Amino acid sequence: MSRAEPATWRENAAGTRSAEASSRVLWQARELIGFLALRDLRVRYKQAGLGVIWVLLQPVATVVVFTLVFGRLARVGSDGLPYPLFAIAGMVTWTYFSAAVLRGSESLVSNPELVTKVAFPRLAAPAAALVPPLVDLAVSLPLVLVLALVYRVGPHWSLLAVPLWAAVTVLTAFGFAAWLAALNVRFRDVRQALGPLLQIWLFASPVAYPASLLSGWPALVYAVNPVVGVLGLGRWALLGAPWPGWPLLVSLSVATVVLASGLAYFRSAQRWFADVI
Amino acid sequence: MSTVIEVERLGKRYRLGHRTNARETIMEALARPFRGPADPGQLWSLRDVGFTVVEGESIGIVGANGAGKSTLLKILAGITAPTEGVARTRGRVAPLLEVGTGFHPELSGRENVFLNGAVLGLSRRDIARRFDDIVAFSGVERFLDTPVKRYSSGMYLRLAFSVAAHLEPDVLVVDEVLAVGDAEFQERCLGRMREAGRAGRTVVFVSHDLGALARLCPRSLWLDRGRLRADGQTEGVIRDYLAAGSVPETAQALPEVETGGGRGPVRLRSVEVTRGGADLGDARGAATVLLRGDALAVRIAFDVLDAVPGLDLAVYLTDGRGVRLLDQTLSDDPGRRGLRTGPHRLVWELPPMFNVGEFSVGVWAGTAHDEYLDLPAAGRFTLRGGDDDRPDRVVTTRFPLHVEPDDRLP
Repeated sequence: MSRAEPATWRENAAGTRSAEASSRVLWQARELIGFLALRDLRVRYKQAGLGVIWVLLQPVATVVVFTLVFGRLARVGSDGLPYPLFAIAGMVTWTYFSAAVLRGSESLVSNPELVTKVAFPRLAAPAAALVPPLVDLAVSLPLVLVLALVYRVGPHWSLLAVPLWAAVTVLTAFGFAAWLAALNVRFRDVRQALGPLLQIWLFASPVAYPASLLSGWPALVYAVNPVVGVLGLGRWALLGAPWPGWPLLVSLSVATVVLASGLAYFRSAQRWFADVI
Repeated sequence: MSTVIEVERLGKRYRLGHRTNARETIMEALARPFRGPADPGQLWSLRDVGFTVVEGESIGIVGANGAGKSTLLKILAGITAPTEGVARTRGRVAPLLEVGTGFHPELSGRENVFLNGAVLGLSRRDIARRFDDIVAFSGVERFLDTPVKRYSSGMYLRLAFSVAAHLEPDVLVVDEVLAVGDAEFQERCLGRMREAGRAGRTVVFVSHDLGALARLCPRSLWLDRGRLRADGQTEGVIRDYLAAGSVPETAQALPEVETGGGRGPVRLRSVEVTRGGADLGDARGAATVLLRGDALAVRIAFDVLDAVPGLDLAVYLTDGRGVRLLDQTLSDDPGRRGLRTGPHRLVWELPPMFNVGEFSVGVWAGTAHDEYLDLPAAGRFTLRGGDDDRPDRVVTTRFPLHVEPDDRLP
């Protein structure tokens, strides 16, 4: 029996940090990410008879409430779109984002036996957590598009940019997920804090109301919340709403910083995951 | 023979009383300027450990609980990072610290094989290639599409171990997996690890089952409170480890003569039990540890003060529950000569056959009419090691069973 290839040395030393780029780690762990994501999806749908219905129910229910409160009572604007359509596009986006961040933050602490017993690439855990909500999003988007047809909006050529928008959304969520997953290992406060925080974040983001309520400098400051850009880009791509302009650039920059710093923190923090979790 | 594991000055420090909530961390950070460097107490789980392992070698690790065995394995496997020093490994290291890590009860056996394989570092193609072997080895073919939550714990374990057993890594790191499961399962695990060794893989094996360790690993390390205390031939390491852990009650010398003294024609001087074959005059002999699987020599020194006609001597062995296991008298040997006056030495050689436990050596002296001496616990000794998870049996000698269909009956 010959295993010819000269295996490479791997060093586990005090103070060495993984030199591998996160993108490379993720690419090499793609199958593991797939299996972990598949596990979550299987488990979720295995015994739920109504399956897909549940995925749609939550954003739809919220949109009904929003339509009554913001659309009818408060008469908030909606960038020239019918309010329910405007709100549902925002809501499915937000549903993805919040679910991905929430699951991502729990991805390590909910699998302590993996962390302490196996040397799998840790980044695969928060990365895999991004996938099941993405499937939900893919299920919800046709609903948005059908609704758009019903309201005689579009289809617009900007639909071609939907994959780009999806990528921006996923990467924005990944930045927060990486930060929170690592922090959650040491500080379980993350788990407690995140629920209320997401609640506030929802209303701090232009889901139920348009970002165009602000203009000029305030709009740019507002766009420091990267979800502002994600939502603006999404409504433009899906429904042909006005192009978000400069605030989008602000949001993208912030998202990039969060992602880069999140991955860097994760990479240095992963050395003590197994000791602390 | 090339090196596959190189460990140098390895140390791992754990902080005691770890902070896991933000308030305490913040409070501590605020207080630090006033208190100086805060140190809630540290524990070096490993310190200054160094060794190398060459390709194809199987190496065991012994040590008490908390000696740092698991920490060492985790560092070798890359699960955790050392605080100082370095551990280098060559090739793929598969840690088997737990079977079935990542198994999900809701998923089917098939799905879990793929998931578990991926978690353990196999690619999907690798798993697909080995899938049939894995399933055949586990013996759960018929239940592959059943969620594992419906498996019996034995099936679950077999499937999980089967995945782990087919990893084919360069270095296999095994921690107490054998502590779970029945004897048959453990035997399979051991067999599989032996195969891995034969196939040129390197095995690092931690176990409290010293018997299994000795069978599997020619060489062992002994970790003692985080430090490497011995590195050498397994048998010697195990002996030293056990000797250090035990009060020297295994010394069998008899408190001089308070026992049989004076009264009769026979006076006992000493009773000791040593490893069979060891030198009689070896002063260290009495201090050595006896393991299950050692041949034993019961050595008795006695004086005959008066050569009474028909004087006979018996030696017998009793286990900790008081069951007499063996007895033997001088008169059992028809060709023996009578005892003369003067000092005598007696040796009773016993092949390895008893399970671990405590034993007493009894001595009796008398004639057909008179009893001069009967000391049921003239000497005591302990057999150590693993009981192969069958603590109830007294005799460990194996006598195979032969079974065949009986055609004579309808």
